[in-house]
Amino acid sequence: MRIDPRHYQIAVLSTLLVYGMTVLHFEVTLAKAATILGTATACQWLFSKAARIRFEWRSALISGLSMCLLCRCSTWWLAVLAAAIAIGSKFALRWRGKHLFNPTNFALVLLMLVGDGRVWVSPGQWGNVAFFAFLMACLGGLVVMRAGRADVALTFLFSWVALLVGRSLWLHEPMTIPLHRLQNGALLLFTFFMISDPRTTPDSRAGRIVFAMLVALGGWWWQFKMFETNGPLWSLAVCSLLTPLLDFLLPAQRHSWSGPSTPPLQLNLAPS
Amino acid sequence: MKPTVLLLLAAAVLPLSASAFCGFYVARADSKLYNKSSQVALVRDGKYTSITMASDYQGDPKEFALVIPVPTVIDKEDVKVVEKSVLDHLDAYTAPRLVEYWDRDPDESYYAKNPIAPAPMTEGRSARRIFSDGARARGVTIEKQFTAGEYDILVLSAKQSDGLVLWLNENSYKMPEGAEAVLDSYIRQNMKFFVAKVNLERQAQEGRTWLRPIRVTFKTRKFMLPVRLGTVNAKGPQDMIVYVLNRNGRVESTNYRTIQMHTNKNVPEFIKSDFADFYRDMFDRVVTQEKMSSIITEYYWDMGWCDPCSSDPVPMKELRELGCTWLTGEDNARPEQGSTFITRLHVRYDSEHFPEDIVFQETGDLQFIQGRYIIQHPWRGKSKTEAAKAYFKELRERLEEEATTTASLTGWPIERIRAKQASYKDTSKEPR
Repeated sequence: MRIDPRHYQIAVLSTLLVYGMTVLHFEVTLAKAATILGTATACQWLFSKAARIRFEWRSALISGLSMCLLCRCSTWWLAVLAAAIAIGSKFALRWRGKHLFNPTNFALVLLMLVGDGRVWVSPGQWGNVAFFAFLMACLGGLVVMRAGRADVALTFLFSWVALLVGRSLWLHEPMTIPLHRLQNGALLLFTFFMISDPRTTPDSRAGRIVFAMLVALGGWWWQFKMFETNGPLWSLAVCSLLTPLLDFLLPAQRHSWSGPSTPPLQLNLAPS
Repeated sequence: MKPTVLLLLAAAVLPLSASAFCGFYVARADSKLYNKSSQVALVRDGKYTSITMASDYQGDPKEFALVIPVPTVIDKEDVKVVEKSVLDHLDAYTAPRLVEYWDRDPDESYYAKNPIAPAPMTEGRSARRIFSDGARARGVTIEKQFTAGEYDILVLSAKQSDGLVLWLNENSYKMPEGAEAVLDSYIRQNMKFFVAKVNLERQAQEGRTWLRPIRVTFKTRKFMLPVRLGTVNAKGPQDMIVYVLNRNGRVESTNYRTIQMHTNKNVPEFIKSDFADFYRDMFDRVVTQEKMSSIITEYYWDMGWCDPCSSDPVPMKELRELGCTWLTGEDNARPEQGSTFITRLHVRYDSEHFPEDIVFQETGDLQFIQGRYIIQHPWRGKSKTEAAKAYFKELRERLEEEATTTASLTGWPIERIRAKQASYKDTSKEPR
């Protein structure tokens, strides 16, 4: 059986949202979630029609769900604006036919930049109680993901672990400190659902590996040298500007959801 | 000599005031409830941070010392001794509160036509040379040395933690075991150490017998609270109440989950005399459910108003003492609405569950939060009208719901709650 990775992503993100709303009491009401998802889907439909391309609901839903999980704001219309910017960025900010930024990442960073503190992301909201279940779900995503694209997530994760552990070793801190920092739902969400977006990462494997390392390094600098929050989010937005350069220096075939550039991993779930 | 690293304090009771809209204020659960508790006021304005720490240290003042890792060298003008009453006032002002309402005669038209209305609620919405020579030999630099009130202050930088610990021990600051490792990581981050010790002579001259809180102000990008040193020699978990005062909105942690305390819950009448136990047990339960790894928001509000107020408003003079330098109004006036926000965070922590220092961020949250628990006194008249029958039926259901709510919040056995409810004698009178 072949599972479309996007369906798996939608299932995991929806489960996380329900878990966040019911168990962790995220500041997301049903109405707010519906508004964000509705806006994302409507914008996708509208922009697809304007651009005369096929309406792709899955992509809109993934961006919308990520937005529900990450975006916190003082008024509801900012969430609507965030969803609209996210989808709009896919159509408006393109370089040689490929969108430049991960839509959710772009909208969040832009609104944090110009929103005068009215939009924020709460990286601590997940706690570490259900961390391992969360990790398993994310790793499951790697299995159904086209095998060729797990490299970004894994390279980022290994680089981030190395930087955090390295810093703690240098500072003579106990290992409980980097471990605590790594047991973070926000980090997993970023790693497995944002940086790994195949539509915005460099086309070549070497490019993706360089890209993931740069994101980790930039995020680490922002968070542990500049003492700001959400290092990976800011870093991804900045590093996305380097993707065209990496594609130019290290060219390869572009990813497409419909035609596999690398063969999909087949899961044989039928009894033999 | 024995130092106390990071500190503790209990609060005094302040005069009560009442307000009707959010219920008549009857009691509060302030920091006195907790055995080992410290109070910290953290003021954040742009890149400026002021930390005021209050100690409930009860021992011999000559054995008291305070060590705070700070990001920059601190000058004399950056340090101020604050009156203890200022933090006590913040405690009282932001503490979880119990409020009460009274049911009306059901034969009055309201109850005849309507089921019992829930209590109105607000939506979930602060010999120098010898000294120096010895220090140099230990790799310790005395960056600054001055006095503030009854304290002698040293600002130290060090090359090696063992040198620093050795020097501190040689100079009668006995550091707890395990402190060296923690100091080491701060030294490697190029942090300095603010060391305060009581000057007994000056304390005697001023006629004080208690230790006043001490405030340190510095400029830094880091918006955090160093808690690691405080866990080194702690025997068991400690409670810390942090009042974060800022200009922008609610403050939360970025590296620990920040949750809201249960609020706006209707509770049985007997809680009026058991409010301290009720709140403490409810808090313990939340801590257990969160596996002691979350920070609990007990209050977040605009300092410009409160409803109901659980103490007199905190005047600008007191807020300026804590470091709210943006406030320029009259001493006794409260801040203008929208100018100053306070977030009361309650942390129960130890080194296992809180391995790293707590990092904060300001949010744009505009929904105020207060721990508010409601007593709705039943109408105790006699009547056999249809309206009264309907009222008493609803009342039985309501009392049962109050019992189950209390049981689920506190973990108390439901039978005990029901028995207390049944034996409760109401002597309250609605203020007119």
